[in-house]
Amino acid sequence: MTTALTRREALTAGFGTVLLPATLSAQPAQKPAEFKIGVTTFLSGPASVFGVPSRKACEMLVEHINAAGGIAGVPVRPIFVDEGPGTDHLVGEFRRLVQSEGVQVMMSAISSGSCLACTPLATELKKVTILWDCGTQRIFEEAHYDYAFRTQGYGTSEILAPLLYLLKTKPNIRTVAVINQDYAWGRDSWELWKAGMDALKPGVRVVAEMFPRFGSTDFSTEITRLLALRPDVVLSTSWGGELVTLIRQSTERRLHERTTFVLPVAEASMQILGRTMPEGHVIGTRGDHWNNHPAPKDPALFNKFVGDYRQKFNEYPIYPCHHIAQALWALKAATEKAVAAKNGAWPSDAELAGAFRGLTFPTPTSTITLREDGQGLEDQIVGLSSFNDRFPFAVPKEMMLYPGAQVSAPVGQKSTDWLKSLKPDFVTTAGRSI
Amino acid sequence: MAEWFQDNGLLLGLALLDGLSSAGLIFLVAVGLNLVFGVLRIVNVAHGSLYAIGAYSAASIGIFAGSLGLPDWASIPALFLSAALVGAVLGPLIERFLLRRIYAQEEVVQLLVTFALFMILEDVQKLVWGVQPIENRVAMQLLGNTDVPFGADFIPYTNYQLFLLPGVAIVTLVGLAWFLRRTLTGRVIVAVTTDREAASAMGIDAAKIYLLTFTFGAMLAALGGALSSPTAALVPGIGAQTIVLSFAVVATAGLGRIEGAALTSLMMGLGRSIAVYFEPELEVVVPYIIMVLVLLVRPQGLFGVAETRRV
Repeated sequence: MTTALTRREALTAGFGTVLLPATLSAQPAQKPAEFKIGVTTFLSGPASVFGVPSRKACEMLVEHINAAGGIAGVPVRPIFVDEGPGTDHLVGEFRRLVQSEGVQVMMSAISSGSCLACTPLATELKKVTILWDCGTQRIFEEAHYDYAFRTQGYGTSEILAPLLYLLKTKPNIRTVAVINQDYAWGRDSWELWKAGMDALKPGVRVVAEMFPRFGSTDFSTEITRLLALRPDVVLSTSWGGELVTLIRQSTERRLHERTTFVLPVAEASMQILGRTMPEGHVIGTRGDHWNNHPAPKDPALFNKFVGDYRQKFNEYPIYPCHHIAQALWALKAATEKAVAAKNGAWPSDAELAGAFRGLTFPTPTSTITLREDGQGLEDQIVGLSSFNDRFPFAVPKEMMLYPGAQVSAPVGQKSTDWLKSLKPDFVTTAGRSI
Repeated sequence: MAEWFQDNGLLLGLALLDGLSSAGLIFLVAVGLNLVFGVLRIVNVAHGSLYAIGAYSAASIGIFAGSLGLPDWASIPALFLSAALVGAVLGPLIERFLLRRIYAQEEVVQLLVTFALFMILEDVQKLVWGVQPIENRVAMQLLGNTDVPFGADFIPYTNYQLFLLPGVAIVTLVGLAWFLRRTLTGRVIVAVTTDREAASAMGIDAAKIYLLTFTFGAMLAALGGALSSPTAALVPGIGAQTIVLSFAVVATAGLGRIEGAALTSLMMGLGRSIAVYFEPELEVVVPYIIMVLVLLVRPQGLFGVAETRRV
């Protein structure tokens, strides 16, 4: 049986839909029986090389948190959603998790495209959204968000740090080529690199710009061209299977003997490459969480996280594992801060969002501060690929640490504008050896 | 023009070498799809999964052979063995229990069923091999490199890509042409491709030919995957990328035409590699530009024959 809807009822329902989230977010909240968090990550497709390990790390850490009494006494329950089917699907799932599942916090996402699609929903639904891995600089530079926060660094710092390292350790480079994946990150990261390079070392010539199709499994033609061009530097921000294939095919044809690779996202592929990774090339990890970090802030906690993950999954954690852990630690710190501010009462969505702004939370390697625009300041460690007796894969040596605040565009400035304003002497003043 | 060739002749030579290798792999996958399409008249989206499973199986068998202490040269026959295994096991299973039920269905139903199979097999790959990149490069390392002169310089190429991939593609092309034209079974397949109704009316066991052709097509897809496995890290999603290009080859070549598939693969392989040298932004679209240009002039494909449609 169906009932006809009157115009008045329809208007009431419509206004209710629009106004209800705002009303609810201002209501004092009851302490929930469980702390439901929605987590978007890649469980299918090529990026599942990041998504699946990060899910495992999330589940492991949630187990630890719950075993220790949960967050502010409430056990945490993550609900995972696959980013693989695309942004339209993800946006629908985001709404479903908030409106039907009743999750209290969203953690989204790996892909920059996913973050760009989901972050506006944080404002619309007035739900705290932690951007836990995506790197696009556009999020906080193109809009203001009251409910969205990024608990790690971003593209600008993750590209600038390897560039600074390269120019400091190899100041005489004259030519550079790029081979990046043909999608947002590949294009954006090159734009950032180019802006920084032109400012910090004017006159470096770009001899090839190649953006092979996303998901390519053969780079032999691109490698031939690079072998013929002999650029001083080859930049690649590629990741996953594509980076592994690129490095394997390059080393088999001895490209690494003719050029210096700069690989800002290398860390996640080092275990798979093993001893194939050539030594002496610039490698980054989108943060400071190298497995051979020489001086983590909390060595016991760092070793426990890495050790527990290794014991449970028989592999070392890669950077998305650390990033999702950072998101959980930030959530724990912000929630406990908000609960303490209310003398033990559970915070509303707006109060929880307020606790995130300006939050400083500890990680095993450092502390991260969330700026007023929501962007996290995460230190960056870059080094040269090398081998030692501790690890069966390449780790960095001759490391430099670049503090997050030093390699991030100031609040209110666009990254490319800021990078263009840098002076060449910044190369010598930025960062410190560790 | 002459001046351009003088400046870029050497680079063009490198592009030709790269293009040959790329064309060899494209051909192996596309020719299987073309055969299946020609005989069964089914757009088999799951062909990409057979390619991926062939690749994963080859890597696994190679790794297993290595763990048994077998000599490195065993990795090369292992590539062909894995392709034969994947085709011989999955081909009859899929044809007998799935495709045979939908031959009489509308094309859209066939498309949806093979797409569903593709999705299921993608998940099977993740269940069996996980999501982290897998590789076994022994075959490629075993064959070593050749330094190709480049002016005063030289360019190292792997012998695997310089000789083995184009070589296998040529042997496959010649072998297939001989099989289809010189053997009874091959001629029967050609007859079914040309006119299914007339062939059936003359007493050809269509069910048997369908099974045989699909299994053979599955083996070719798996062979393409197996031969690509020493050159690439295998990750979820490789099947999807392959199938799109294979469809472009089939459409351009013409239904069931192996020479067309060979020529189209060559055009697309060379087109892509030349684009990488001279206009990298066009690399992705070059195959589809070739397809559009060919279909504008010859809607039935390069080697296709225009058919009379009954109304």
